[in-house]
Amino acid sequence: MINDADRPIAIQISGVDKIYRIGEVGRGTLQADLQSWWARKRGREDPNSIIGEPERKYGDLFYALKGIDLTVHQGERLGLIGGNGAGKSTLLKLISRVTAPTAGTIDLYGRVTSMLEVGTGFHGEMTGLENIYLNGTILGMSKREIDDVLEKIIDFSEVREFINTPVKRYSSGMYVKLAFSVAAHLDSEIVIMDEVLAVGDIAFQQKCIDRMMSAATDENRTILYVSHNMNTVRQLCERCVVLDQGKIIYDGDTEEAIRFYSEHLTRSRGMAGDLSSYVRRNRGLSGKCVAEQILTDEEALKMDESLRFLVRVRAYEELDGVRIRLVVSNSSGTIVGMAYSDACCLNEGSSEISCELDTSGLAPDAYACDVAIFGYEDNVQVRHDFISKVLVFRIEENYRYFGQTWKTRAWGNTRLGSIRITEVKPDEQK
Amino acid sequence: MNLGEVWRYRDLIMLFTKRSFKLMYKQTVLGPLWIVISPLLTSIIYTVIFGGIAGLSTNGVPKFLFYLCSHSLWVFFADCLNKNASAFLTNANIFSKVYFPRLTIPVSNVITSGIQFLIHSCLVAVLIIWSTIRGDVHPEWKLLPLLIPLLLFTAMMGLGLGILVSSVTTKYRDLSFLVGFGLSLWMYSTPVIYPLSQVTGGMMRKMLIWNPMTAPMELFRLIMLGKGDVLIQSVISTVIFAAAAFAAGVMVFNRVERSFIDTV
Repeated sequence: MINDADRPIAIQISGVDKIYRIGEVGRGTLQADLQSWWARKRGREDPNSIIGEPERKYGDLFYALKGIDLTVHQGERLGLIGGNGAGKSTLLKLISRVTAPTAGTIDLYGRVTSMLEVGTGFHGEMTGLENIYLNGTILGMSKREIDDVLEKIIDFSEVREFINTPVKRYSSGMYVKLAFSVAAHLDSEIVIMDEVLAVGDIAFQQKCIDRMMSAATDENRTILYVSHNMNTVRQLCERCVVLDQGKIIYDGDTEEAIRFYSEHLTRSRGMAGDLSSYVRRNRGLSGKCVAEQILTDEEALKMDESLRFLVRVRAYEELDGVRIRLVVSNSSGTIVGMAYSDACCLNEGSSEISCELDTSGLAPDAYACDVAIFGYEDNVQVRHDFISKVLVFRIEENYRYFGQTWKTRAWGNTRLGSIRITEVKPDEQK
Repeated sequence: MNLGEVWRYRDLIMLFTKRSFKLMYKQTVLGPLWIVISPLLTSIIYTVIFGGIAGLSTNGVPKFLFYLCSHSLWVFFADCLNKNASAFLTNANIFSKVYFPRLTIPVSNVITSGIQFLIHSCLVAVLIIWSTIRGDVHPEWKLLPLLIPLLLFTAMMGLGLGILVSSVTTKYRDLSFLVGFGLSLWMYSTPVIYPLSQVTGGMMRKMLIWNPMTAPMELFRLIMLGKGDVLIQSVISTVIFAAAAFAAGVMVFNRVERSFIDTV
């Protein structure tokens, strides 16, 4: 935890649950609802409740969030990360008051601007200027407050020439820029963003991050940011909360949280390399050969080291020309490369395939691989098995590349070899 | 109750109102002229069908003026109710993304209908002044200030019932189908196309007298055309019903707005 207990509190969440009813809402519910209501009135047990397993699901009730306690201090830049369905967006919805928690309390100290979507309330038929006013007032500003920052908004949005054009004629980039500009200039104490930075070009994204940084540090505004893009989380947030299955499983420093999250991802796959309980979602697998375990001896690699891993497979018949293919994704989930193995022969029964992949071209980051095992039958590729996001490893920055730390955002994930200068020729006509 | 919060968002209410006017007549040739054309056309139809073919009496008032007056007020009420009845459903998208007092939308709907009504009234006033000069009608101009409570109570009824329906439709959508039927049934059981004085006895008259829309209708025609029976029972019924509908509507709406997005 970052030591900021003496900073004033901006958001205080205690014991928050959010329960959803699963399934079709309104299947003969009027009668059932009246029945339940009548039973509750008389203090009886609800005849329509289902006694369920004490898990996240109770009958047709679903805990989107369970027992969330969280304190955010003023001026803090907090990131929320977690897989799909972990409850991140639900939590943001509760904090932005779009919906109310089923149990628990949320105390907000200050006005909240929520950007769960860019350009909420934008209307295509109206001009950019009209939409600035409409969007601004929806987000809680008065007309006069918008007048005061109007010039700043238009400047920031980079769409000054088109400000009197209906936004339906805007490109999606312009639309996003305008929408973000409005939200970024609101005079609220708490700003909530749900992956809004994912759109727009890189330069504008950087501008947005800088703007949010200065909002937090100079104007002491509190920022809550949800994203799957670890790079933006890293840049913007000083503290990170990892959500999983509706619970907070980690709260602390951003780097630590991202590391914890990527490790948790593999662990929650029921792994440590063990694939016995892995559910294969892909169709068209031959089933002739199944991976039982995929292991790596070293999860943290130094730059220029190779990734060594071991695949334990069970073949149900003798197979010839079996190859392994890896598709490598970085911590933001972007695919950065692909590699094939040589062909090998497998006897019926289980075998261990030891592999080594040259990863010297990969920049420092965390990676995960999709592993495919395949072969050829009559010159047609046959997929025997496919496991997504198993082989998780990290490349640590053990030296500075030409004196600089690697900037994945600007440089990508590939370290190309050095440039060979073939000739230096002085210009003769001077 | 967060009426104070609604007041703080008054700029938003004005912008919503402006937006509805801007969008209402987009891509039309005649544009805002439609605000006056549609009541004129409807009144002509009423004059031909109810006045001409059915031969309903209008108490000696020129038929066209009678229908124009009645129709303007009824449209104001029906509009308030109708637009608000779908307030949650049509705005679900924006409601699910950002918080602002949800009541701003119904309030802006009422203001929009109110402005339309005032435009209608100007048209009506021009025709009435012309008819007065000709001696066809004798308006009770001294009662004109009563127009304010009249509109207020009508708006409260429309708003209250509208948001009540809208709150229920977030869960049970059946009601949105009934609104249309309900409104036309209500129109025929209100002295809109006939004066109250035409119905002289029996159950029907009792029902009409206690109908909360009767008093506004009759009062409006009394002011504008000089003919109308405003009974004390009708007025009481209007006041009580409007207050009850408004209070119930706002209360239920406030309860539903907290988490309707989960069920809509």
